[in-house]
Amino acid sequence: MTRDLSVRPGVYHDSVALMQVSRSVADEPGVNAALVAMATPLNVDLAAGMGFTAPDGAGPNDLMIAIDAADDDALARARAIVEAALAGRRAQATQAHQSDAGPQPRTLGSAVERSDATVAFVATPGPHAFVDAMDALLSDVPVVVFSDNVSVADEVRLKQAAQRRGLLVMGPDCGTAVISGVGFGFANVVRPGPVGIVAASGTGAQQLMSLLDASGAGISHCLGVGGRDMSDEVGALSTLTALDMLAADPATEVIVVVGKPPGRRAAEQVHEHAATLTTPVLFAMLGPGQPDLTAAARSAVETLGMPWQEPRSWAAPDDAAPTTPPAADVAPRYVRGLFSGGTLCDEAMAVVAAELGPVYSNIPLRPEWSLGTDLQPMSAAGVEHHVMVDFGDDALTLGRPHPMIDGSLRAHRMLAEALDPTCGVLLLDVVLGHGAHPDPAAELARVIAECRTIASRRGRELPVVVSLIGTAGDPQDLDRQAEALNGAGASVHLSNAAAAREAVRHVVAPSSGLPPTPTARPTTPPTTRPTPTYRSDG
Amino acid sequence: MSALDTLLTAEPRVAAAGADLLIDSLGAQAVPVERVEWRPPLPGTENSLATVVADPRRAEANRQALDRMLASTSELVDVRPARDALGLQPGELLHAGPPLTWDRASGPMRGALIGAMIFEGLADSPDSAEAKLAAGAGITLTPCHERGAVGPMAGVVSPSMWMFELRDEANDGTSWCSLNEGLGKVLRYGAYSDDVIERLRWMSAVLGPLLQAAVRRRGRIDIKAIVAQMVQMGDEGHNRNRAGTLMLLRELLPDLIECGAPSSQVAEVTRFVSGNDHFFLNLVMPTGKLQTAAGAGIAGSTVVTTMARNGTDFGIQVSGTGDEWFTAPADTPDGLFLGSFGPDDANPDIGDSAVCETMGIGGFAMAAAPAIVRFVGGSVPLALHTSRLMYEITLAENPAYAYPILDFRGAPTGIDVTLVARTGVLPQINTGMAGKVAGTGQVGAGLVKPPAACFTAALDALAARTPGPAADSPSPPKSVV
Repeated sequence: MTRDLSVRPGVYHDSVALMQVSRSVADEPGVNAALVAMATPLNVDLAAGMGFTAPDGAGPNDLMIAIDAADDDALARARAIVEAALAGRRAQATQAHQSDAGPQPRTLGSAVERSDATVAFVATPGPHAFVDAMDALLSDVPVVVFSDNVSVADEVRLKQAAQRRGLLVMGPDCGTAVISGVGFGFANVVRPGPVGIVAASGTGAQQLMSLLDASGAGISHCLGVGGRDMSDEVGALSTLTALDMLAADPATEVIVVVGKPPGRRAAEQVHEHAATLTTPVLFAMLGPGQPDLTAAARSAVETLGMPWQEPRSWAAPDDAAPTTPPAADVAPRYVRGLFSGGTLCDEAMAVVAAELGPVYSNIPLRPEWSLGTDLQPMSAAGVEHHVMVDFGDDALTLGRPHPMIDGSLRAHRMLAEALDPTCGVLLLDVVLGHGAHPDPAAELARVIAECRTIASRRGRELPVVVSLIGTAGDPQDLDRQAEALNGAGASVHLSNAAAAREAVRHVVAPSSGLPPTPTARPTTPPTTRPTPTYRSDG
Repeated sequence: MSALDTLLTAEPRVAAAGADLLIDSLGAQAVPVERVEWRPPLPGTENSLATVVADPRRAEANRQALDRMLASTSELVDVRPARDALGLQPGELLHAGPPLTWDRASGPMRGALIGAMIFEGLADSPDSAEAKLAAGAGITLTPCHERGAVGPMAGVVSPSMWMFELRDEANDGTSWCSLNEGLGKVLRYGAYSDDVIERLRWMSAVLGPLLQAAVRRRGRIDIKAIVAQMVQMGDEGHNRNRAGTLMLLRELLPDLIECGAPSSQVAEVTRFVSGNDHFFLNLVMPTGKLQTAAGAGIAGSTVVTTMARNGTDFGIQVSGTGDEWFTAPADTPDGLFLGSFGPDDANPDIGDSAVCETMGIGGFAMAAAPAIVRFVGGSVPLALHTSRLMYEITLAENPAYAYPILDFRGAPTGIDVTLVARTGVLPQINTGMAGKVAGTGQVGAGLVKPPAACFTAALDALAARTPGPAADSPSPPKSVV
């Protein structure tokens, strides 16, 4: 075995690009593990975890290349791949240099000035995003801040500055925005229509948009405001501005505000303001007693006087009529939800908690349901619980790409769950659209199949339920994704709430009195669409 | 809300920074995207950058600094000895760059100080000069910049040296610079041999008085206008001043001839000036000093007002921090060498002449001076790239100095500390190289950049002076006292 770690001071590539390089090196036969990453504290820890000694004095501005290979030949090949990949990126950059236009802009302010841009997009690492976003505001353009790991205090400063200058800050941690049909960040390809969305939640908005698209309604714009906008600390500064913009927009006939439970004062303010607008405003704020996102989509469609059709689903191939429900004498089994979308995780937790009780999570519905830093229930709580992990949470994306781009952390956890006899069902989300992985099902289907094989070798049936968020127009091909996942043994649902209910069904013993009847399975395909290939239920 | 109204009605045009994958997907939607070549800021600057960039005073303070700088004028009004012009007393010596003591002085700085002691009659040999300078009794060393003056290379000024005196009437500023001695073995490069001292005596006895007579007879000469023309004639104003020198001579010659001096002296002066392509540098530099001083001392402004080197340290000053120096060890230029000299002979960066770059010409104007690039070891594409890159760290373009090759774009003016810290792009300086051994003189010319540490230290100081978030409301900028 040959191991090599080198550091290149001052060489910078973004984390997503480096993840792709790491991946192509790791795929090389003879390479056991590879990490090509900026030497952030988190990546240095990762390298240490791989058994490499943390390099002295390397920092976030230095490129770190750690390769663990079977032999010298494999190591040399791995190095060559790294070189080629990095050289390719450098060549692109050099080409830009030598063009007639001269060097590329080095700051957003410069880019805005050069291009007369109407909106800025910031996807720089969190610790630097505040300065880049402020630069955009000082250049007098509204800004979409995709970056996360921006402090609340900085968020408030940005939004106050925007207010003073008559601008809008979409974010930070704005996963999704659609402005005049253009998707920023993770955004689905949605038909134009009369619904305007104010989104304090990226994946919540994506679910809503996808369902509105499928129903034929479509959207005018989706203005992301960042997950914390409706907290009392931030005071809904961006939500209020976004409501005014959509109310004044002739293309918008109904507004939906989607997000996690808001702060009390902020919610009052938003509701009061919404009541003064002539455009009707619907709220889809997840939380106890609130409608789920599918119900919110239905309300919006019905407010427009359009017919509603239940979202499609694909039953698991071997989910032969009534699945063998866990017999009473079998050890209790639990839901394990592994999500890339925070709001999808929230919504699923609300559904599961309402039916089954406490759900432990890194983004828990109640503080006492918190997971430890190892993402396991803390020892006092025991291991036998319903658990849901949001892999898109700030703490898990520091220095690494979002799980919608890189599913490796989740795949690792899935395999661990497959080995865990208390895991009764795996509930997963897959989010399609611009910015997301180009073919998430290809990778996930393999992992799903492997998980099911592992479980079955241990005498367990491991049902897998996937909530698939996407539209027919998305570049990944919604139906192909659904079929690939379905083919690997998962049941697939376009409604996240329906997926959560399906997961519940798999762990509820008949003795509990709850019949294992799913609410959304099977459904009638919408008449306007080609009939999807359904696997037979019987 | 007009920026917001159009956001929802017009097709978006996007400026984007960060993860390529996400920006690519914007491009894939056929949206016009201007992509930032983004890099993390200089290490350790995150917190100070956040504070300073968000300082609500900054935009207005910088606008004010730039307005003053761009409005600045520069006229040659007189030529007279430093003792009269600056009130220098015997034993008072000025030098280039940030403050310096003899014990830390480099070879060429020591050589120039030794030469000045001999020239002033304060010492009769290099050894005694050195002993007196080391002892320090009756000797004071002061940066030129602290007296409103500038000096190329060692920049040593003693009371008997004659100075150009320039005025900025728009900002009521005055600046001074010594008379240029020519190239090779000269005091400013640290040479102090007899011929060097002899030349200095002639400059005080003949050159200074004749120039004074000619200027006084002719009346003020608009130096800013000559700088504007020279940068369209292949000069960048730092390492190439050929057109500027000839234009100055053209302005002076009739009055030089008619000033009543013996024709032999007029001929000597004319020969001396026309034989020294760098003569006009000593008028470009005070023009730069007038411009940059005009933008100094505005609270909240992040504009660099001084870049200067003393052969040991590189120092900068920033508008919002007044006359505080931020220094770090000077780098050694990279370039071409005269004769048999090589990199080991070169002293670290020295001179106030980086005022040229601070004002937006010199290294910033390399695109305008293709003839210079080989002299400093560069190439024409590099020159074009460099000039264009400097716009990324400056706040304004100076229409007075327009570069034809860049479609008459104005000089990149007003280096912003926050832009340097954010981009990691350092100002490009064209410079001469002095031999590191005292008495050697010039050994080459090349390219050099300031140490990044000057800018990070300045940024931290700006952050320390920024009012807390509690004061986060628009307030009129106040001048630093």
